[in-house]
Amino acid sequence: MPKKKLVLNFPPHLIGQAITYRLITDYGLVVNILRARITPQEWGSMVLELGNGNGRLAEAVAFLTELGVGVEPLSKEVRWHEERCIHCTACTGPCPTQALAVADRHSMTVSFDQERCIACELCLPVCPYQAVEILF
Amino acid sequence: MAKTIQEINEKIKAGRAVVLTAEEIIGVVRAKGVKQAAAMVDVVTTGTFAPMCSSGAYFNVGHATPRMKIGGGRVTLNEVAAYAGFAAVDILVGATALPDDDPRNKVFPGKFPYGGGHVIEDLVGGKDVRLTASTYGTDCYPRKTLDTWIRLADMNEAVLFNMRNAYQNYNVAVNLSDRVRYTYMGVLQPRMRNANYCTAGQLSPLLNDPLYRTIGVGTRIFLGGGQGLVVSHGTQHNPGMPRTNGGVPKRGAGTLAVTGDLKHMSPRWLRGASFTGYGVTLTVGLGIPIPILNEEIMEFVAVSDADIIAPVVDYSEAYPNGKPEVLAEVTVAQLKSGEISVNGKKVVTAGLSSYARAREVARILQEWIETGSFWLAEPLAPLPGPDSGYAFKPLKERPYEPPNRNAVA
Repeated sequence: MPKKKLVLNFPPHLIGQAITYRLITDYGLVVNILRARITPQEWGSMVLELGNGNGRLAEAVAFLTELGVGVEPLSKEVRWHEERCIHCTACTGPCPTQALAVADRHSMTVSFDQERCIACELCLPVCPYQAVEILF
Repeated sequence: MAKTIQEINEKIKAGRAVVLTAEEIIGVVRAKGVKQAAAMVDVVTTGTFAPMCSSGAYFNVGHATPRMKIGGGRVTLNEVAAYAGFAAVDILVGATALPDDDPRNKVFPGKFPYGGGHVIEDLVGGKDVRLTASTYGTDCYPRKTLDTWIRLADMNEAVLFNMRNAYQNYNVAVNLSDRVRYTYMGVLQPRMRNANYCTAGQLSPLLNDPLYRTIGVGTRIFLGGGQGLVVSHGTQHNPGMPRTNGGVPKRGAGTLAVTGDLKHMSPRWLRGASFTGYGVTLTVGLGIPIPILNEEIMEFVAVSDADIIAPVVDYSEAYPNGKPEVLAEVTVAQLKSGEISVNGKKVVTAGLSSYARAREVARILQEWIETGSFWLAEPLAPLPGPDSGYAFKPLKERPYEPPNRNAVA
């Protein structure tokens, strides 16, 4: 079963609620929290990798949306601006998942595989050309 | 069979010159041998696209009405400090200059989002840049302040002048300490978890002419997407470094000072770059054609990444303290494989110089020569070579002591 990486945005009034817990107990999802940033009185954001436990992922997303949680695929929130990239390959050393990698050692060009990206942000301070942008 | 630059230029004019890139020639020499390749090929093109900090540009911005003597005053371009120590309206901006209000490394590591390198990129890209100046008034130059938009097309002269580019070979940077180091060689993870290198290797201009047989004062080059010239050897030129049997230096050695008309350049080949915790610089595209005058030169341009050796240097201790320690020597081929071995430890590598774009520079130069829009210039003088005794010295410090005004004469 393919895993899905989602960015959840929590409005301030939902921050006190144990919503991730319900994804596990009510919908049987396998939840891997890649990142979470929660500040009282402000929007919270969380990056989750979700295994589609009992095949109820779509229902779980509908539940989140109904509650008022913003749900976006991670791939929409992480952008690699190829036109800014000069293919120096500096980002490929620190990238822990090889989302940014030199796929072909003859061409020596950098490629970005959104499916592999876990939004760890290690590439951000490394790229001299601001070619990677994380929006959340 | 020896050729002259003049003969090659005649072939270029007639559209008959055989031009290959420094990458393509490797296979040709392997297949046909040096002798046959030298007879067949006229020019080999090189290229590099990498951060080069000792780059800058000067401008004549034209006279305001009433006239203003910016020389001796202060001047900024998009709030980045430029240099005004010339005549009335000639100014210079260096690649690493920063806006006065950039916090630098006060909050460590600093981001350095904008500086001189970005000003040059913006101007070359045709963007409006804010020019401010303040100075003292004189009888002939009464005006004291200026705050205006300006663009490259409106300036009189706009000239890229880089006092040190195209370093012949470079360190591979690692970090032996236990904290992250933010350097001009990128972000170095502790305990040697990564290694960063910066060379175009087999495409690099000076690695293809290691003894400066053809590249000299006045050599015409690809610079920033336009055409430029080699002015002289660059600052820190250090030709006496140890070399391989093929003459290729195993350390940073030769450098070039280069110049060209900024108005004919392109932001694709002049990019502002921000190094976290370090500062701003300019990434420069530079390519040099090498005329195949004889078999010896063909042997030089056949150099491949496996023949080029670079030193691995610790940037947490040895480099900052000017210690000449080298942890290991590795080949560019190993660096480009994505992993090297340093004292038995496997280390992930990443580049700062774009090989993909270096290849593009060499191809553009190849096309220019093939289509007759670029011809070779005869050098006016050679660069100081390995036996010239020319060397790069450290600063000899003689600390200043204030004069003792109470001393009895």
